[in-house]
Amino acid sequence: MSRVRVLVGTRKGAFILTADGKREKWDVSGPHFGGWEIYHLKGSPVDPNRLYASQTSGWFGQVIQRSSDGGRTWEPVGNKFEYDGPTGTHQWYDGTPHPWEFKRVWHLEPSLTDPDTVYAGVEDAALFRSTDAGQTWQELAGLRGHGSGPKWQPGAGGMGLHTILLDPSHPDRIFIAISAAGVFRTDDAGQTWRPVNRGLKSQYLPDPNAEVGFCVHRIAMHRARPNVLFMQLHWDVMRSDDAGESWREISGNLPTDFGFPIDVHAHEPDTVYVVPIKSDSEHYPPDAKLRVYRSRTGGDEWEALTNGLPQRDCYVNVLRDAMAVDSLDTCGIYFGTTGGQVYASADSGDHWSPIVRDLPAVVSVEVQTLP
Amino acid sequence: MIRVVIPYHLRNLARVGSEVELEVGGEVTQRSVLNALEARYPMLRGTIRDQVTYQRRPFLRFFACEQDLSHESPDAPLPDAVASGAEPYCIIGAIAGG
Repeated sequence: MSRVRVLVGTRKGAFILTADGKREKWDVSGPHFGGWEIYHLKGSPVDPNRLYASQTSGWFGQVIQRSSDGGRTWEPVGNKFEYDGPTGTHQWYDGTPHPWEFKRVWHLEPSLTDPDTVYAGVEDAALFRSTDAGQTWQELAGLRGHGSGPKWQPGAGGMGLHTILLDPSHPDRIFIAISAAGVFRTDDAGQTWRPVNRGLKSQYLPDPNAEVGFCVHRIAMHRARPNVLFMQLHWDVMRSDDAGESWREISGNLPTDFGFPIDVHAHEPDTVYVVPIKSDSEHYPPDAKLRVYRSRTGGDEWEALTNGLPQRDCYVNVLRDAMAVDSLDTCGIYFGTTGGQVYASADSGDHWSPIVRDLPAVVSVEVQTLP
Repeated sequence: MIRVVIPYHLRNLARVGSEVELEVGGEVTQRSVLNALEARYPMLRGTIRDQVTYQRRPFLRFFACEQDLSHESPDAPLPDAVASGAEPYCIIGAIAGG
């Protein structure tokens, strides 16, 4: 029988939650790296026992951990993230030039084909790649050197490269997203990049046709249809049907179109999930009700999923990397909250229950479907 | 042998106790001690000082013989008591945050 392994990064360590295919009884291991911020951990799609984790601390900086046994044991690997060439400047919050400074790894994306190759999205925004299982890291400097870098500006949480989507149909195509610069695409395995943000709107951005400057919170794709992308923009939920060349709004009847995560059902490419948050000033659910919204039409028409989720006095947030889906026959949906709960639904979102309730604030959630 | 005291989280990272002992070749300075520490425990590279600039991380400080050496030259000799192993060289994490 298949199993699932949920990898949870929190403000104070990593936790690994495992269950059989019924997803009813869970074992919880952790904290791994107790006391450290774990921005993200993720497993290789070709070797599920190979995991990578980003471990950070305001005191001690960045550490990368690697496991070869599914998270039972870990070893620190390379943590030298050196920008390639002159670092240059981006815009600071007040619009003045500010030098690029490495702060932390936000997201680790293992290759679809090689367990020793892994990408790292970092703050200040850049993309790095390791081809030796994390021992050494090289910047894919064509992104930062694309030319618009001096116009990039940090979001409230920093100027992080937070999303990396590897296109399974086009091995040389990668999408990345940066707060607050936008989405970029390469079609030559990371040598050259261009922004793909046409159709996005940002309040207060002086140039309505700006090529960068968008606070993209998250993008998602379905493996079987990689030309279709879904996006949670700062405000607005968006969709592209042409690999990012153009975007249109699909917020439809959502109670608010601010939020952070967005994900796609494992077997239904037009079934999309978001978690509406009241506003960029008040980072908690509208009406104090935690609701996942599901569209089965690829956007525009959304239904609230509430069964098993708190519907009163709820003031948690769900961060951008804190939602994931498994690929069992009845697709499981998972998300973690800043209140330390990890909720799971084994039936595509119709019913929810907490796997754990009292972890540290959850930063990231990933799921592995194991044989 | 040079004795080095390291903070809790770095002990866990390096899987050592609160104090490690190191052989340091040549003159005993902050730089040579940290070089020896990082050579013996490579997982500590970047956690105490920047890997490119070798600047001390801002929330760490270096003490020995009840003196704050954080702003001393990394190439200045450490006190004899540290060089002889009578006193440890201490890497201290700032008590800050929550």
